[in-house]
Amino acid sequence: MNSLFSQEVPIAWYLLLSAILFSLGVLGFLIKRNLITIFMSIELMLNAVNLSFVTFAHQWHAVKGQIFVFFVMMVAAAEAAVGLAIIIAVFRARATLAVDRIDLMKL
Amino acid sequence: MHLILFIVFAGFCLAGAINLLLQSHPINSALSLIVVMTSLAVLYLLLGAEFLAAAQVIVYAGAIMVLFTFVVMLLNAGREERTMGSRSARAVGFPAVVVLLGVFATVILKAHGLGVAALSDGVTSTAELSKVLFTELLLPFEVTSVLILIAILGAVALARQGDGEPHASGERTPTK
Repeated sequence: MNSLFSQEVPIAWYLLLSAILFSLGVLGFLIKRNLITIFMSIELMLNAVNLSFVTFAHQWHAVKGQIFVFFVMMVAAAEAAVGLAIIIAVFRARATLAVDRIDLMKL
Repeated sequence: MHLILFIVFAGFCLAGAINLLLQSHPINSALSLIVVMTSLAVLYLLLGAEFLAAAQVIVYAGAIMVLFTFVVMLLNAGREERTMGSRSARAVGFPAVVVLLGVFATVILKAHGLGVAALSDGVTSTAELSKVLFTELLLPFEVTSVLILIAILGAVALARQGDGEPHASGERTPTK
């Protein structure tokens, strides 16, 4: 309770924020019905995990945690480029972005 | 100061993420995601990661989100229709999210030895970061550049108009 009034923020709050953002990303993945928005939810999850990495890098004074976030950003950039190209290809084939109607592989 | 900044930008983050879920038009979701990413950049700065804060704004809020908004506009994605999704998503997915968040929260709040973050902690300078990146982790860094190259080639191949065109050039690619 004391830390509420001091000028410091507990590390746990950052981790809690990261966990909440991740859960919101999972929730978005489940409830959104648009392919692009589902992809955005995945980006949100990646960002939430990045926040955890930076927080722990600050906690343990480890530079490598920040470098890992850098690599995650690079992979996310590559993933976004390929993913959006796939979305364009799907749209060209099915003329829709609604995931309910992209059900070719559904049992 | 740190506490105030944290509360303000964590609030922005959560508001943006919740808005992303509530909006039904993809372009509004994309703009909310930009708010989330920019607020996260400020939080990175509060944690002393100055290089990552800059990279977050440039790579995520800049490049990736421009790609997203570009695709939303290119495909003229309209308002999404809300359906309830599959029954298994409702029966398993939503309880799983609640359990996930509960487990995370209990583990974090029960953990010992987590310190506090203050503005006086100092920043990790870019020089410090690059020293490790370009000596110890040089090979992963170079491999990442190959990954990016392959991703660009894959995106070009996927987004190319038509399938069996004789003149296989990357000239009329919708995305790079």
